[in-house]
Amino acid sequence: MNFQFPDLTPMMPELVMTALALAVLLLDLVIKKKEVLALISMAGVAFASLTLFAPPAVTFGTMYIADGYSTFFKIIFFINVILTVLISIKYIAVERVNYGEYYSLILFSTIGMMIMASAGDLIVLYLGLELMALSTYVLAGFIRHDMKSNEAALKYFLLGAFSSAFLLYGISLIYGLTGTTDLKAIAAFISERGLTDNFSLLLSVIFFIVAFGFKIAAAPFHMWAPDVYEGAPTSITAFMSVGPKAAGFAVLGRVFMVAFVSVKVDWAMILIPLAILTMAIGNIVALSQTNIKRMLAYSSIAHAGYALLGIITANNDGLASMMNYLMIYAFMNIGAFAVIIMLRSEGFKGENISDYEGLSKTHPLAALLMLIFMFSLTGIPPTAGFIGKLYIFMSAINAGYTWLVVVAVIFSAISAYFYLRIIMYMYMREPKTTVTLTTSFSNGVALAVTAVAVLVIGIMPAQLLELAKAAIKGF
Amino acid sequence: MEQVMMNQLSYPILSTVIFAPVFGALLILVLTRRSWEAAAKWIALGTSIATFFLSLPLFIAFDKTTYKMQFAERRAWIPDWNVNYFLGVDGISVLFILLSTLTAILCVLISWNSIKTKVKEFYIAILLTTSFMIGVFCSLDFFLFYIFWEAMLIPMFLIIGVWGGPNRIYAAIKFFLYTLVGSVLMLVGIIVLYLYAGRTFNILELMTKTYPYTMQIWIFWAFFAAFAVKVPMWPVHTWLPDAHTEAPTAGSVILAAVLIKMGAYGFLRFSLPFFPEAAKAMTPVMMTLSVIGIIYGAVICLAQTDLKRLIAYSSVSHMGFVTLGIFALNSQGLEGGILQMLNHGVVTGALFLSVGIVYDRTHTRKIADYGGLASTMPIYAAFFMVFTLASIGLPATNGFIGEFLILLGGFTANKLAGVLASTGIIIGAWYMLWLYQRVFFMDINQKVIGLPDMDVRESLTLIPMLFLVFWIGVYPNSFLGFMHASVQHLIERVNTGGMQEASVAKTIMEVVR
Repeated sequence: MNFQFPDLTPMMPELVMTALALAVLLLDLVIKKKEVLALISMAGVAFASLTLFAPPAVTFGTMYIADGYSTFFKIIFFINVILTVLISIKYIAVERVNYGEYYSLILFSTIGMMIMASAGDLIVLYLGLELMALSTYVLAGFIRHDMKSNEAALKYFLLGAFSSAFLLYGISLIYGLTGTTDLKAIAAFISERGLTDNFSLLLSVIFFIVAFGFKIAAAPFHMWAPDVYEGAPTSITAFMSVGPKAAGFAVLGRVFMVAFVSVKVDWAMILIPLAILTMAIGNIVALSQTNIKRMLAYSSIAHAGYALLGIITANNDGLASMMNYLMIYAFMNIGAFAVIIMLRSEGFKGENISDYEGLSKTHPLAALLMLIFMFSLTGIPPTAGFIGKLYIFMSAINAGYTWLVVVAVIFSAISAYFYLRIIMYMYMREPKTTVTLTTSFSNGVALAVTAVAVLVIGIMPAQLLELAKAAIKGF
Repeated sequence: MEQVMMNQLSYPILSTVIFAPVFGALLILVLTRRSWEAAAKWIALGTSIATFFLSLPLFIAFDKTTYKMQFAERRAWIPDWNVNYFLGVDGISVLFILLSTLTAILCVLISWNSIKTKVKEFYIAILLTTSFMIGVFCSLDFFLFYIFWEAMLIPMFLIIGVWGGPNRIYAAIKFFLYTLVGSVLMLVGIIVLYLYAGRTFNILELMTKTYPYTMQIWIFWAFFAAFAVKVPMWPVHTWLPDAHTEAPTAGSVILAAVLIKMGAYGFLRFSLPFFPEAAKAMTPVMMTLSVIGIIYGAVICLAQTDLKRLIAYSSVSHMGFVTLGIFALNSQGLEGGILQMLNHGVVTGALFLSVGIVYDRTHTRKIADYGGLASTMPIYAAFFMVFTLASIGLPATNGFIGEFLILLGGFTANKLAGVLASTGIIIGAWYMLWLYQRVFFMDINQKVIGLPDMDVRESLTLIPMLFLVFWIGVYPNSFLGFMHASVQHLIERVNTGGMQEASVAKTIMEVVR
């Protein structure tokens, strides 16, 4: 067999991003103003996004898939990385960690996510996952002089390593069973040999659920999330709550809908209680939080629960609704963090929910934006959050899970309480301390983009829905 | 579509009426600064008056001879989900649009001096609420309906929570959560209907479909969760006394006059025509709940020491009449129910406006703090007397017509329910007259000595309501005329719709048993 050099064009976005990340890493040595690195990163990502819209292709044998599904996720990752950089520029200066590695680590982490979304093989999947995770561990501990940040990084690393082990165990089991790590080949092998009742297959599915459940912060594998979200730099919390979660969902959808499609009854049975537990823990524990980052950590757990419904439906419609949800979640969650980040100023943490008392009086615009994001996270029309939830619920009911949707809407109503509490503090209480906002042009851009996106998608969702539908077509 | 008439006007009137307040709100947002409170007020007043006049052609050009949807507008919105921007009104909904636009003016007027903080935001919230309320009444697409229905919670939550009384935060959150839980259950029902009917949100199309009996029952209750909370029916009424009491006057007026009508409207527009079999099967339950609401609300009123709280509980009682009329499922009951919704909006709205007028002077809502107001504020006392009598249902006032028709319908449907409901009127006379006696007669309380009587602005807010009280009371036909065709059509739908298939389902169920 002759060696043939693989076609690199399908992975053009990843190559551009890698070159960019390396360039940022090197330029860091010569450029003293780190803001320039941020600009370079954003410009580079914008350039890389131009290479996204190529015809679907498979390369490296069948190991690497560039299709609508992966492209849609890559759009989410790019939105995530650009918004994160925008909200970071001023913030990392305030935290006195204005180092250039920050940006290259974010870029590397994003490359990891992109590889995950495109993985057609479990080994590639693992590579992407580790690249993403290792970069994020470092980012979580980026505020070196802060104990909480260190604690977050260590906790994230230990539990992350643990979950990676589960993933590897699952991969080896499936390899032992089928003799391949290729997703399509696994599916073919399982259906050919009639292995659907095989115990090791079930065990392997469970291990995959544990590993991916950790990445998307689904209960009961969510333990790390609150501590890590609280301790990590706020910009990284925003980054982590969207990117790795979306990447986790991307591989969850791909692996389960391709490799394990013949046992979808089994994994749906496992995921249903998991989704209910995730929504329950996320929404109920969030009620009693006093730290807003921790509250949003639990809220992000809850949102993973809703998005899981899209996987549970186990059809293309469900996957499209899940993708649509994650896109909307990216905007509304990063938007909320962009407000939170403004409250952090020299010598003032601004993470307590009580710091928001009377914000509408002192900073009406910031309060109004936060109000929009909170209502969107609750899922009240005419915001994007409603569209996201509605699509998920529609596809789940269409697949026959009406009772599960009833459970989900009840939890969603419960969630209104803790989101409303923020609004209540901002609008219905008098300011106790004068909060000075750390505003910056870049953060303002991020806020404008997210707020407009949340309202526009909420009122005119047709384009996004079509995009999600088109993305799933060739799946 | 045969159920829809072309818009008889040359311009999209419904969209104009819905978006005029939004436009006004945007003007306030963009044009005024925080310090320019007067500008915000005047823009709000101008917008609400303009909206009212824009909505008047609905009253004049409405074709009373047909049940079909009029002034219809339709545009594709989200093609993937088959969602359309679809508006139209019939005899059931048209009057509520006018009620909403009228209420908006009164709310702006009554808040003129009493809202002192965040003035700009307040009027934006009032205008947005108005717009969403009108939207609810004209939507013929379930998706659009739900958007308006839920979106309205946002400004209303803020109105109660920001500008309300001492216990406002509790009341606002309770209001939001109660209605949200109901609404999301309805949402599940809507999705189930949407999928069953072949992916359509079109309300008129959904109406022509026949649904299996068990499905009807399930979704009837899912919708009940949303509508009963809004009405509010006993036992899910507990948010209402808190919200009405703590809200600023304008908020109470919006709640009483329009917002709680949306629940009853929901029963009329959706529950009855969609699920005729379930509605008929559930009539005893609904009538029982209504009668309990009537009597319970009235008895609780006797124990109230707070002016607004008393009127709030009287709403529970009066809305019980409305649901009783609706579920009597005959033309007197239904027309009485719809008219009573209108009456309650006028009378209770006026009562809240009146309470707001004295509250601005005394800053107390305790009944014990009043007494002898008739001698200090005689004009005010006269106005209040009329509204009290209308609330009791004295002949020649609007309350009489509505309650009479409902009782007529109620007796026809179920004698016991009719008899029990009439006791509500008796207790109603008791608590309202007793209230009037305690506030306006008896010894003059220290706190009301030297209070100025109503000024022109305040009189202007009450005069339209006074006018309506007598107009409906003396010549109800100019309003009932709107309803005849639509109500007749609704009754036909309830009596014939889904009959065959449902009876097949019933037979099957009996065989299985």
